[in-house]
Amino acid sequence: MLDSLDWTGARALAFMEEIGRGGMLLVKVLRGLVRRPFPMKLTLQQMEEVGVRSLPVVLITAIFTGAVLALQTFSGFKRFGAEGLVGTVVALSMTRELGPVLASIMVAGRVGSAMAAELGTMRVTEQIDALITLATDPVRYLVVPRFLAGMIMLPFLVVFADLVGIIGGYFVAVNVLGTSSTIYVNRTLQYLEFSDVTIGLLKASVFGMIIALIGCQMGFFTSGGAEGVGRATTKAVVVASILILISNYFLTAFLFK
Amino acid sequence: MSDLPKIRVRDLKKSFGTKVVLDGVDLDVGAGESVVVIGQSGVGKSVLIKCVIGILQPDSGTIEIDGGSITNPDFQEMDEVRRKFGMLFQYAALFDSLKVWENVGFAFLQHSKMKPAQIREVAEEKLRMVGLPGILDLMPSELSGGMRKRVGLARAIAMEPEILLYDEPTTGLDPIRADSINDLIIQLREELGVASITITHDMVSAYKIADRITMLFGGKLIAAGTPDQIRASDDPYVRQFIHGSAEGPIKDE
Repeated sequence: MLDSLDWTGARALAFMEEIGRGGMLLVKVLRGLVRRPFPMKLTLQQMEEVGVRSLPVVLITAIFTGAVLALQTFSGFKRFGAEGLVGTVVALSMTRELGPVLASIMVAGRVGSAMAAELGTMRVTEQIDALITLATDPVRYLVVPRFLAGMIMLPFLVVFADLVGIIGGYFVAVNVLGTSSTIYVNRTLQYLEFSDVTIGLLKASVFGMIIALIGCQMGFFTSGGAEGVGRATTKAVVVASILILISNYFLTAFLFK
Repeated sequence: MSDLPKIRVRDLKKSFGTKVVLDGVDLDVGAGESVVVIGQSGVGKSVLIKCVIGILQPDSGTIEIDGGSITNPDFQEMDEVRRKFGMLFQYAALFDSLKVWENVGFAFLQHSKMKPAQIREVAEEKLRMVGLPGILDLMPSELSGGMRKRVGLARAIAMEPEILLYDEPTTGLDPIRADSINDLIIQLREELGVASITITHDMVSAYKIADRITMLFGGKLIAAGTPDQIRASDDPYVRQFIHGSAEGPIKDE
């Protein structure tokens, strides 16, 4: 009985400590954003890593998501004769939800884990300490560029994901299921509003910040050698994915009034 | 040489959780003086120098560099003070993603407006001092352990520091390489006149490079003296350590 209380207490404390660290890291990052000189070169490097190099993975995810969405919606909507609305459903689902969320979760797996592994390795090999001895703030040098890259590049990735998802849906609806091309396009454009897209992109930007912040936090506070780096990497993906899903609900409730 | 010590540590305490690592450490290092701190692995030697350079924050006590306290909570200019320091890490801690010259010239890349060509020149000069000319464009992963340490040393001295901190400079090297590192440390002290704290458990190295040796045990510095005094010490703890004996008052925990 006492043991389990002890365990619960220890877990609760560790949990609060993580939240505290995350909050403090966020404050330092925000402060680092306004300080000069701005780490431009590092930020561009990270933007390439987060954005350009993640594009293939995001595109494959999006095209098949759009395609399967068309497939499922078609077979469901056929039951009440609404096949013509497949395009609308695909477009709204992709731009409002699946584009931002799925792209972000793929990027969390690809980039968030890499950030945790890289910073974690730098921590356990004392490279982060070495930065400090060279009068360089590790948060500004390592975390700020990654945070900005996540914030800026996720919306770009999601624009492509939205587009490719809609194309995937179109291909299945028109070429496989035989919907009229005109109806698909018309229905898509008729009901899709500009704000569906922009609010989706806004969400993606928030998810990008979450991925980078959590990835960096897990790496930055790694302890326990190679094993610790492994744990940090796993945790970065799991925690970022969960936070994306939770914050997605609240952002959606708040932004799409 | 002034009477003001470069480094003055008073009653320094640091714990991790319930584990007390430093329990009231006093240490002075004069200008141009080489102090070696010996002690067992895991006894807190690294913690001591990491407090001195401000990587770790002590729980209590004071640290003064050139008479200015860095442990004052209002202290903001730590980065200014750090420019007086160079530190060699146990495993060199080179930045994996940067070439050798970017490692050695890191401080210049970050803090100066010098052109890359100039920084490469400075890096080459520092690398020549540690006996490694012509490797500017290699990556750290292409270097052997001894070379990494020497590149780490070149990086530590790049900004011409007044104080050098060496964390186990000879550990993991063969005796010949270890001795060439010792020679380098002595040469740097003589050429640059830097004050240094070296932590090690390599007694050969300690005797060779130290002006003064002190031993960390149980969170306190328990002995201090010249290499000859330490060699002749009748303190049972010191005797056991310097003779590397399993028998004695220090028990394996």
